[in-house]
This record gives sequence, C-alpha cells and structure tokens, in this order.
Amino acid sequence: MLSAILGIFAWAVIAPIVARRWPRHAGWVLAIPPAFLTVWFASFVPGIAAGEAVREVTPWIPGLGVNLSFYLDGLSVTFALMICGIGALIVVYSGGYLRGDAMLPRFFLFILAFMGSMLGVVLADNVIALIVFWELTSVTSFLLIGYLHDSPQSRRSALQALLVTSLGGLIMMAGLILLGIVGGGFELSELADRGGFLREHPYYTAILFLILAGAFTKSAQFPFHFWLPNAMDAPTPVSAYLHSATMVKAGIYLMARLAPTLGGTEAWTLTLVTVGSITAVLGAVLAVRQTDLKRILAYTTITALGQLTMLIGIGGTYALETFTVYLLAHACYKGALFMGVGAVDHETGTRQVGELGGLLRLMPVTAAAIGLAALSNAGLPPFLGFIGKEFMYSSTLGLAEDGGMPALGWVVTAAMVVSNALMMVTAGLVFIKPFLGARTETPKAAHEAPIGLWLGPIVLAAAGLGLGVFHGELERLLVAPVAASLAGRPMEVHIYLWGGLTPPLWLSVATVALGIVLYLGWPRVKAGFDGVAAALRYDSDRGWDGFLKGLVKLAAAQTRVIQSGYLRHYVMFTITFTTVAIAATMVAFDALTAPSLMELDAPYTAWALALIVLTATAAAVLATSRLVAILSLGVVGVVIALIFLLYGAPDVAITQFMVETLVVIIVALVLARLPRLTAFARPNRRSALRDAVISIAFGAVVTALMLSVIDLPIPLDLSDFFASRSLTEGFGRNVVNVILVDFRAVDTLGEVLVVTTAGLGAFSLLKARPKRARRESPEDADATSSQQDGKPSVIEQNGDRP
Amino acid sequence: MSWFLIAPILVPMTTAALAVLLWNQRPAQRAVSACGAGLHLITTILLMVQVWRGGILAGQMGDWPAPFGITLVADHLSAVMVLITGVMGFGVCLYSLSDMNENRENNGFHPLYHVLLTGVTGAFITGDLFNLYVWFEVMLIASFALLALGSEKEQLDGAIKYAAINLVSTVMFLIAIGTLYGLTGTLNMADLALRLPHVEQRGLVTTIAVLFMIAFGIKSAVFPLFFWLPASYHTPAVAVSAIFAGLLTKVGVYALVRTFTLIFTSDVAYTHGALLVVAGLTMVTGVLGAAAQNEIRRILSFHIISQIGYMIMGLALYTPLGLIGAVFYLVHHIIVKTNLFLVAGIIRRLTGSMELKRIGGLYKASPLLVVLFLIPALSLSGIPPLSGFWAKLVLIRASLEIGSYAIAATAVLVGALTLFSMTKIWGEAFWKPHPEGPARTLGIGDLTATERALLIGPIMVFAALTIAIGLWAQPFLDLATRASGELLERTPYIDAVMGVRP
Repeated sequence: MLSAILGIFAWAVIAPIVARRWPRHAGWVLAIPPAFLTVWFASFVPGIAAGEAVREVTPWIPGLGVNLSFYLDGLSVTFALMICGIGALIVVYSGGYLRGDAMLPRFFLFILAFMGSMLGVVLADNVIALIVFWELTSVTSFLLIGYLHDSPQSRRSALQALLVTSLGGLIMMAGLILLGIVGGGFELSELADRGGFLREHPYYTAILFLILAGAFTKSAQFPFHFWLPNAMDAPTPVSAYLHSATMVKAGIYLMARLAPTLGGTEAWTLTLVTVGSITAVLGAVLAVRQTDLKRILAYTTITALGQLTMLIGIGGTYALETFTVYLLAHACYKGALFMGVGAVDHETGTRQVGELGGLLRLMPVTAAAIGLAALSNAGLPPFLGFIGKEFMYSSTLGLAEDGGMPALGWVVTAAMVVSNALMMVTAGLVFIKPFLGARTETPKAAHEAPIGLWLGPIVLAAAGLGLGVFHGELERLLVAPVAASLAGRPMEVHIYLWGGLTPPLWLSVATVALGIVLYLGWPRVKAGFDGVAAALRYDSDRGWDGFLKGLVKLAAAQTRVIQSGYLRHYVMFTITFTTVAIAATMVAFDALTAPSLMELDAPYTAWALALIVLTATAAAVLATSRLVAILSLGVVGVVIALIFLLYGAPDVAITQFMVETLVVIIVALVLARLPRLTAFARPNRRSALRDAVISIAFGAVVTALMLSVIDLPIPLDLSDFFASRSLTEGFGRNVVNVILVDFRAVDTLGEVLVVTTAGLGAFSLLKARPKRARRESPEDADATSSQQDGKPSVIEQNGDRP
Repeated sequence: MSWFLIAPILVPMTTAALAVLLWNQRPAQRAVSACGAGLHLITTILLMVQVWRGGILAGQMGDWPAPFGITLVADHLSAVMVLITGVMGFGVCLYSLSDMNENRENNGFHPLYHVLLTGVTGAFITGDLFNLYVWFEVMLIASFALLALGSEKEQLDGAIKYAAINLVSTVMFLIAIGTLYGLTGTLNMADLALRLPHVEQRGLVTTIAVLFMIAFGIKSAVFPLFFWLPASYHTPAVAVSAIFAGLLTKVGVYALVRTFTLIFTSDVAYTHGALLVVAGLTMVTGVLGAAAQNEIRRILSFHIISQIGYMIMGLALYTPLGLIGAVFYLVHHIIVKTNLFLVAGIIRRLTGSMELKRIGGLYKASPLLVVLFLIPALSLSGIPPLSGFWAKLVLIRASLEIGSYAIAATAVLVGALTLFSMTKIWGEAFWKPHPEGPARTLGIGDLTATERALLIGPIMVFAALTIAIGLWAQPFLDLATRASGELLERTPYIDAVMGVRP
C-alpha cells in the first residue's frame, strides 16, 4: 500500500511533463494508474469480505513511534475504491474540462498529489501518519481551490478553506497525540482494542472533542460548514472530487474509524447526532435558497455529510448499514451531478437555474446521467439512494424506540424527513429545470459535451442504479465489512429494497409527497427561507470575515503598542521589566542580604568619592549642553578610576584613566560637528519624572544585588592559582597582564577582534555614506538617533512601525 | 584534538583578516571570502563527525587546566549549532556574492561577515561564561557594522535601535557574570555547575539566574524584550538579514539552553516556569505582530520571534522530549528562516519590491520559485512532512505528556496563525496578479546564469535540507536525543571539561 501511495505521488510529479507532452490526451493517459489501483484494491474485497484485514508496516521515525503503517479493512477499502475509482473518472473529466488551460499541467500535479494524500488518510494505521496525509489534503485542496488565482474571490475561498481545516487539523493533532499517550500507542488498529479503557479514561471527553474539532471542520459540520460552498470557486472537477466525493469525507472517515475506539458513549452519540442533524437540515435549507446549480450541490453535500455524521453517532446495525449504503450512494450520485452540471456549464456558459431549460434534446447523454443521479438523490427506488433513505429512517426510529433517547430520536427523524424532502427539491432543480421545460437562450449555443465530459457522470450514475439493483452483492462485499469496521466486530447485515409496509416506508412516502409539494412551491419556499434568513441576520461567512478583520485589527493594535518605533520606549520597557523582574525575585526569594548603607565598612575617602560620582551623574543628566554632559560623565569615569586605585587595582585604574580621557576628547570633537541639543531636548515634566523613577529604581536594584553579593565571601582559589603560577609558568610578574595574555588569552583575542571590527565598521560607515545622504542637513542626520523627546521624525515614521 | 575545536573559530577569523588585507581588490576578496566560508564549513563538519563518533570534545586553551584557563567544548548541541553555522555561513556567502552591491563590498562586507561567523562559532564552542561574553561582543559589533553597511537612512535608524538595546543586554550580562563570579569565584561553566549548589544564598542564585535570563532574553528576542529585532531586520541587504535571521537570535537561545540546563537548575519550578510563560507570550505576540505586517521581511522578522517562543518552550518544559524538541526546532528554524529571507530577496529581484501591495504574479511567472518558496514556508507553518512539522509535533507531545495544556494549546493556535500569515505572502506575491501588469514580474529564467547559480543554488540546497529532515527525521532526532540527553545529564559535559588534564 505504501508503494501505491508513493506511486501516485511519483505519478503526480511526472504528470506535468505528460500533460505538456500530450496536451490533448493527458486526462486519459494520467487516469491509467488510478484506474489500475481501483482494480487492485477491488481484488482485496473478497478476502476482506471473508474477514481478513491487511496490515503493512514500514518504520519511519521509530524514535517518535511514527510508522508508515497501513490497514486495509472494509472501511478503508471502500474509501480507497471511491478515491481511486472516482479519481480516475475525474482525471479523464479534467482533461476535457480544462483543455487548453495554461495551468493544466500544474492542475494534474495537484489533483494527483491530493489523490495520494487522500489514500494515505484512509489507509494509514498510524495516527501521526494519518495527520501527515490529512494536512497534505488541506494543502493540495488549498492549491486547487485557488486554481483561478487571478480572482480575489478564489483566493479568499482557498484561504478560508485552508485556515478552517488546518486549525481543526491542528486541534485534532493534539487530540490524537493525547489519545496515543493515554492509549499507549499510535496504531489505530491497536487503539481499537483498548476502547473500553479509553472510554473510561478521565481524558476521554477532552480527546473526543479535540478530535471532533478536526473531523467537523474537515467535513463541514455546523458551525464550520461555511467554507465548503465557497470552495466551489474551484473548477468543477475539484468540487466534484475533493469537496464532494473524497476530502470532505475525511472527517466522516475519521469518526467512522474511531467509532470502535471512542464511540458508543452518551457524549459521542449526543454530539454526533445533534451536530449531524443540524448540519443536514441547515444544508438542505440553504440548498433550496440557491439558484446556482453548483452551489445547490455544494449545500446538499453538507446535508449528506450531516446525515453521515448522524448515522455514525447512532451506531447499531441499521445505522451502520445505512452509513455504507448512503456513503456509496452519495459518492455516486453527487459525483455524477457535479460533473454533469460542470458539463452543462461548460457547454452553455451558465449554471443559473433560471437561465437553463429544455436541454434534454441538445445534451441527451448528460441529461441521462444527471437524471439517473437525481433520481438516486431524490431517494426513489430502485436506486441506491432509496435504500439509503429507507434505512436512515429505520436507524432514527431505532434511536427513538430502543436507543434510549426517544426525544432525540423523534426530533432527528423529523429532521431527516424535512432534509430528505428538501433534497428531492434540489434534485428537481438540478434535473427538471435545466433539461425539461421550455428552451432558453444560453450564453453559449448548447450542444452535447465530448466523451471526456460525459463518461464520468454516466458511469457514476449507472453505478448508483446498478448497486441499488444488485444490492445483494453489495451487502456481502462492502456493507458487511464496513459495518464490521465501525462496530469493531463482525456484523450480520441485510439490506433490501422492499421490506414490507413498515414505518420507514410510510416515512418515505411522506418524504416524497412533501418533496413534491415543496418543489412545486419552490419560489415561495425559497422566498420564505430568504425571509427567515434576513430576519435572523446570521451569516457564518460574514462572521468569518469579521473574525479575520478583528484578528488583524487586534494584531495591529498590539503591534502598535509594543513596537511603537521609539527607541526610548524600547529602552524604557526593557529597563523597567528588568527592574521589576529582579526586584520581585529578590523579594520572593529573600535574596536581599545586603547590609544597610550605614553598616558598610568603608573609609571616608570612599564615601567622598561616591558622593562625587553621584553629583557628576546628576550633572550629566541635568546638563543642557552635550559638552557639559560628556564632561560630567568624564568625571564619573575618573572618580571610578580613583576608587580602583583606592582598593589596590592600579592596572585597572590606569586603563580606566586612559579610556576616559580618550572618550571625552573624541566625543567632544564629534560633538563640535553636531547641531545644538536644545532644539529637541525639551522633555516635559511628567516624562522626566517617569524616567527618573525608572532609572533610580534600576540603579537601586542593581546596587542591592551587588551589595548582597559582595557581602558574601568570594572563593579565591582561582586568584591564588593565578598569583602562584604567574611568574613560574606564565613568566610575568604582573598577574593582570599574564591573565590577559596567557591564562585567558582567548578573551583578549576576542577583544582585539572587537576593537578592530569597531574601527573597520566606523570606517566603512563614514566612507559608505551614499552621496544623497551626505548632502542632507544636519537636522536630518540628528534625527536618525531618535533619542529625543518630542515629535517623531520622518525616519521614525518610516522605521519599524507597522 | 583541540584543533577540531579551534579551527572553526580560527578559519573565519583568518578569512576576515585576509579580506581586510585585500581591501580594494574586490575579485580577490570575493574569492577569499567564498573559500574561507567553504573551509569553515569543512571544519564544522569535521567537528560534528568528531563529536558524533567520540562524544563530547573539550580543549584547554593554552594548556591551562580548567577552571583556570579557558576551555573550548563541543557537546552534540554545540557541534550541531556550529555545523549549521558552517552550512548557513557558506550558503549565504555564495548568495551574497551576487546580492551585495559594489559599494557594500568595497566597504568591508566580507571581513565583517566573517567576523560575525567567528563570533557566532565562538559563542557555540566556548565553555567559559566570560569568554561567551566576548564572543557576544564580537557578534554585536560585527552585526552592528553589517546592519549599518550601506548607510541608507532606514538602515541607520534600525542599526541604532539594534545596538542600543543590545548594549543594554550586554550590561545585564556583565552584571550577571560579575555577581556570579562574586558568589563562586569561577567563570568556567562546568565549574560553575559544580560550585553553585554549594552557595548557601539560594535566593541570590535565583536572582542572578533571572538576570541571565533577561540578558539572553534580549539577545534571543523574547517577549517583552524583542523590540530591537523588528526594528532592524528588514533594513539591511538581503544576505545580511538572512544570516541574522538564521543565527543571531539562536545564539541567545543557545545561551539560555546552556545556562538553564547546566548552571541554573536548582529552582526549576520558578526559572523554567517563568520561561514557559515567556515562551507562550513570545509565540503569541510574535505571530500577531506578523499578522499585522504587509512587507515580506517584516512578516518574517516577527515570525522569528514567534518561533523563538517554541524553542524556549522546549527548554522550559525541561523534559527529555522537550529539549529534543528545542534542539530540533533550532536546527530546523535556522535553515528554513534563512532560506525564506533569501527567497524574499529573489522576490524583490523578480517583482521589484517586498511590499505585498506592490507585487504579485509570481505563481505564473516563476514555477521554480513557487516550489522554493512553498517548501520553507510550509515547513515554517508546520505542514507535514517537512521539518517544521516534526519539530512542532515533538514539542506539543512533550507538553501534553507532562500536562502543560495551556502551552500546548498556545502552540497549536500559533501554528494556525503562522499559516495564516504565510498564506498572506503566498496570496499577495504569488497568486495575485502584479498590480502593474504581468510584464512587471520576471521569471527565474530572466536572471543570468551566474545569478541563478549563486542566488538560487543555496536556496535549493537549503530547501533540499528541509525536505531531507522531514522525510528522514530519524537521524536528526537521534542527534537531538543525544544532545538532550547530555544537557539533562550534565555530568558528561562537566567531566569532559573538568576531567581533561593537559
């Protein structure tokens, strides 16, 4: 199975070359491998029906418990057949639908890569591998929805689909990892055996809802359904394949796959049944409000997804049978309808219900395909859709009568009747309106589509009929194995077209009657729903826009606050934060062991020097001219040198003297070339006070820390070592010098590099000034330092603010 | 044995010196620069091989036994950081040969670039706290000069903010070193690890730990200390911002990882608890910052911050898996982020700007660039099976394993937001038509052959690395596991440093 998936990916990479080489027949050529895989997967079916399951493991990242392990049972083989079978038809269809399009080679690349990813999702046994493929379907879907990338609408829809599904996917990832941690392994087939333990685990609810977040977003369940209709901006083959037949069913697949592991609890049933039913009704209601054929189909897909979710939630024999039947029925008729509508759009130039009519004679084959599919969609016998609907009623009635949730069961049953009746309406809209009735003028003169465009629809529509008629084989080969996968044990199943005059049949009759009534009154029904919608003023799609806008606004606001563009703010924040953090830690951990200043044992000279330092610092801060400020700082430096001298460090003192002297001289020289300070430095009282508080607090905290440390004895073994070895092994009497050039020579090497680089940097900075900058006035040059209070200069506005 | 440790520092230092000697001889300087970067790469590979085969490597400089002299030491973390420095250093150097304009090259780009590599490599290899400070200074001065190189107004504005705030960090670092020395009388990190538990004033140790956290926090651009990064990274030449984006903040993260696994582990609940909060806030503020931007390099700059949060998260979890995640993320991030900046440079070449409003049309015009952008961009967003996915997966799993749900939730949400802002670049620069018409967007075919080799070559190699780490993650995971093991165990490192006698 790994080779099947990798093969499809490899084929995807080759596809653009094939498409360029044989542009006219690319669809047919490229469909060969998926068609072959369909047969290959089909060959497993008899074995699986006999109760075998195939598992295949290739270690990938053993350190993380990640394997490329695959598991083929009833559920996965059914999905694999749909993916490859419909995929092959879609590839053929795409070749015709997008013929001559410049981006067609890339289209094939993406759609085949999607096929590989989707196969991975349904075959993977390892949850991490499943996540990998799951995310890949999101990305390929993104690239495909944005296929018509010149249109802003397409781009928006692609982004929306990607964000909704990957946010869900990420949350699901957390849930699946948690599942793996709790369950003690990442293989789904093994986790299924620990279902009892997992359902009792305190983390069960968390795991369940995290995973459902992924499944619901991917499968467009309420309230995440809004992305799916927008995804219809993609070309029709994409809509038919990804957003109807396969990708949106990934969430359904995951729920089905986890049913034996997590299913059957009250939380599971309630959530799935409620969300599924709401989604089903909502989708159906929204579907009949549409006039664009493709959008109608999009919303009915939501209905189908909701119904499938509901069926998984109900569980039990009937529901599981129905699940399989309905899954296949929907894949067949919806695929056929999408492709058929695409063909109509392709040949007539429009998909609006009102603009189409009387196409039966002009496009007979397409009409046949859509007609058959619509009958299945409407749930009429002997189509597969009929069986699906009958059994759906059996399931919901079962929930009502002996499922332990009577109220929910009846409500859901009613919801299903309504949504199925509305589905009939949509079937009518899709078939009767465009094909029967009076002919209308269409933008393009309509004629039958080429074989590439009608082959897919007709095959799928026929399959819907064939499977309904030969339901016995279907039951043995697929329905029973799938039900077994979902139940986690072998199941006795039986499906039939005629079950006698049972309650489900009467509900079916009621559905058909209601459907006909609603269809005939469609304009009024639509108007009624529109009125309700207008009254509710609820629109998830606009909600999404609001959410994104809010997010960006929040982001911008946050960034404006944090990244104001003023250096002084940055320094202020940094110093304040440091002060608070250090002070808080010192208080919290009782670190303030410093003796009070009065107890300090220091000679009077030291006190005097300290006083001078403080005075000079104050002078520097209060100075109104730069020269005074730099001279005051010079005083500070010199006095510190004196302190070094006082405490017996003449080497350091001499170095300090030299550095201070040079700094004062050089800076004073530079200052001569700068404009006056007073032009900018007019701090207001409040900011001056604030700055003073911050500075003094920072100084106080550092002083307290220093004093606390100095109060403790310092281990002197290193100093002793240096003192004793300096002459004997370092050959120098001056210990400081020997430390610098021998014991810690690497430091000195680094510092030499620093000084050299500083010189180099300064040189290039001066030399490299572009000519236009050199001509600018001194005021501008000064503004670059941006350290002054007052209005932001031009530079700051262009600086790092958003 | 020490030569394996010294060579990665000496080679770029010598290269820088040679490049200075060849001032005003541009072709020769370029050749020396490229060869030097290549040689540096070789030495870093040799060091990695040596450590991989023989375990932690320590060398006492000047043959003075630890803790009296300065020890250079490479464990798996150091070795892999040095290796990645070598790889990035070489790739970006080649890119710069085509990207730098003559003015910048003539004014010392090449020597400064290699001084920067010297500083970064030194910081990764040193086993001495004050020596680390020295390499930080080397980096700071070289990066400041590189930022300002070219002297565009915007650059100077950024460079001054960069230097000013980093000097604050330097001051904090120095105070922290001084006070720590006052408590222990030593600067050797392994020796500190041995002596610090004997200091009775635990409160002071914790306070000094916080001071280190702040000093390195500024360097690694965590919340709320990251101001300098978005202020400066979008201003210099592309090659410069690419190497900065890859390496500079990561030296800060490395320093945090080193000190908070080796030295400050006595009060994990407080220090690492604080780091976890910082990590979460850094992720969120960073990614929101990115969402607010509309220029490619600014978006990418804020992303750096957000992803620093992930690395700190791994450290803060302080479990084997957490540290594995942190190391994995470090390596992955350096490659991917550098690459995205390089791609941003190509985007500017092909469309004329990095302002998203003013560009577009790349999807049609340049299929190769589509691939070369998507690989690092998707990897950055954590899309499987690329490197970023595994990094994120490991971190989320590590946090779930020990029940840190808040940080796990943050990591998940920030992942989605990251994707959001990457798709913004994609939608605007690639899918949207160029506002001035399709002719305004060039394809890669419009570049000269030399440009293609020098500009696109490194990007392709980095993209290939991203894919390789994604598809064959196990060897990288092994490496990260070894690194994480050494960090948590501490004794192998301490023994290697203190036990070695000349």
